[in-house]
Amino acid sequence: MIRTLPNSKRYSFTYGTFIICYFVFLFAPLFVTCVLAFNNSDFPSLPWYGFSLDWFVASGPERVGIFHDSQNLRAIFTSFQTAFWVAIFSTIVGTCAAFLFEQETFPFKNLLYFLMLAPLVIPGVILGISLLLAANTAGTFVENRFGIDVALFRPSFWLVVMGQFSFITTFVALVVSARLRKFDHALEEAAMNLGATRLEVIWYITLKFLRPAIIGAGAVAFLMSFENFNTTLFLVGSQPTLPINLYLQVRDGSTPVINAISLLLIVGTFCLALVNLYFSKEKD
Amino acid sequence: MAISRTSKTALWLFLTPVLCWLLLLIVLPHIDLLLMSFGGENEYGERVWTLQNYRNFFTEPIYWNTFLRTAIFSIITTFITFLLAMPVAFYIVKVVRPRFQGAMVLMLLLPFWVSELVRVYGWMILLRESGVINHFLLKFGLIDKPVEMLYNDATMIMGLVYTSMLFMAVPIISAMESLDDSLIEAAHDLGSGKLVIWYKIILPHCKPGITSGSIVVFMLVLGNYLTPNLMGGKNSLWFTEQIYNQFIASFNWNQGAAFGFMLLLLSSLIIWIGLKLSRQKLGEVAS
Repeated sequence: MIRTLPNSKRYSFTYGTFIICYFVFLFAPLFVTCVLAFNNSDFPSLPWYGFSLDWFVASGPERVGIFHDSQNLRAIFTSFQTAFWVAIFSTIVGTCAAFLFEQETFPFKNLLYFLMLAPLVIPGVILGISLLLAANTAGTFVENRFGIDVALFRPSFWLVVMGQFSFITTFVALVVSARLRKFDHALEEAAMNLGATRLEVIWYITLKFLRPAIIGAGAVAFLMSFENFNTTLFLVGSQPTLPINLYLQVRDGSTPVINAISLLLIVGTFCLALVNLYFSKEKD
Repeated sequence: MAISRTSKTALWLFLTPVLCWLLLLIVLPHIDLLLMSFGGENEYGERVWTLQNYRNFFTEPIYWNTFLRTAIFSIITTFITFLLAMPVAFYIVKVVRPRFQGAMVLMLLLPFWVSELVRVYGWMILLRESGVINHFLLKFGLIDKPVEMLYNDATMIMGLVYTSMLFMAVPIISAMESLDDSLIEAAHDLGSGKLVIWYKIILPHCKPGITSGSIVVFMLVLGNYLTPNLMGGKNSLWFTEQIYNQFIASFNWNQGAAFGFMLLLLSSLIIWIGLKLSRQKLGEVAS
């Protein structure tokens, strides 16, 4: 069964084969997507017509590579912007939440903590529609009452940011809380003995201690936002993010440009993931 | 503690943004969702309170069946994910040589950092009629004409298992890491077989991990839109698609809100039952 116990040859072999099959299952779709990005063909399928970089660099008119595909480039840029703002906001508020629930006492704390965990169990689609409804209600109210049409309340860039922020913040708060629990309070007490105020202690000592966790959580928030589909689907306006834009293309028939974008995404996320893992190893 | 760490400024500094976030983006929108689901228009086009949206849900077989179908398929998917994750987790934690352990966990994690859309797209180009698998099957003469492997229930479930695998594997791995090898060795020395060891020692020990994994996987599968839509095609009949159709295609927001609320109710109910059965709290599962 386990390392220390003897196993029959056949048992070990079967188990090993199963694990290899599992990892093939895990990587096959990614591998095929990457390989077909270089096929010199108009469709993302076999047979293999030879190696080509057309789907990256071709500038038309028959083939438009990703580096000349203005629509997809714009979607990538939108996704970067969205992810940037979501990462900033959710890191700030998530860190506040971590401090609030780990270090402060106030009435209804448990209720509020339960509310903070709620986004973990609310399906993303529901978050999307309820936010769409609420924004619409607020927009109608403001327009009837004050006669102002606020663009923020219609499906738009900032509504997407708010929708993603609403559940990503919970993840940041959980990651930062876990780190905050390991903090040695003697450091805070020493600083206070030496005359620091509570806010000075937080700024100069606790936040310095939390920095690796905050940066890690920010990176994860960035990635989650960049890839989010379910919530974004209902809130997106005239500026589609990359997953939405790709979805529309995949649904209506695909070209190898999507493979090229996927390849860039896979390489990008692998790098970010490895860097993040490296730093989180470092901090332990 | 000798020194008071409380300070009103700090409390309000932390409380204000968190309250704004939770009230404005979580509580109010869901209250609005509930109110909206009871809204409608009468014959004169006036806005009235009504139960019509819920009545539609229960009287139209298509909605009702889709709802049940989604729930049952989500449970099946969660169970398959569990069956697949257990041996993989066991291999990584207890069987493989320790120096490969880190690399294997990394390999397990990596694909899930990639966008779900890319992974589903990968499966589409593998499985479709002009896809890679069909190409090889034809080439080796195993089939005469291409088979459409997409757009059926089995493929859809496989896709859902694939996209949510990680959220089952990671909690089980971390639960299994605390299992003492000597328990298994003792059972083995006393003559119990593999099945008994699994059933009496490994499964009970991993129960917390299994519970939190199952809850997360179930919730993700139930609320998934992308995978059923792209891999199940027109036949997928997934409940989130009904919600999407009401909102975006028919523009019937009241009906869509009622559907959304039913889905929220279902997922909360199943999660609650899961927590009760395993006697855990949401807070413990989250961390």
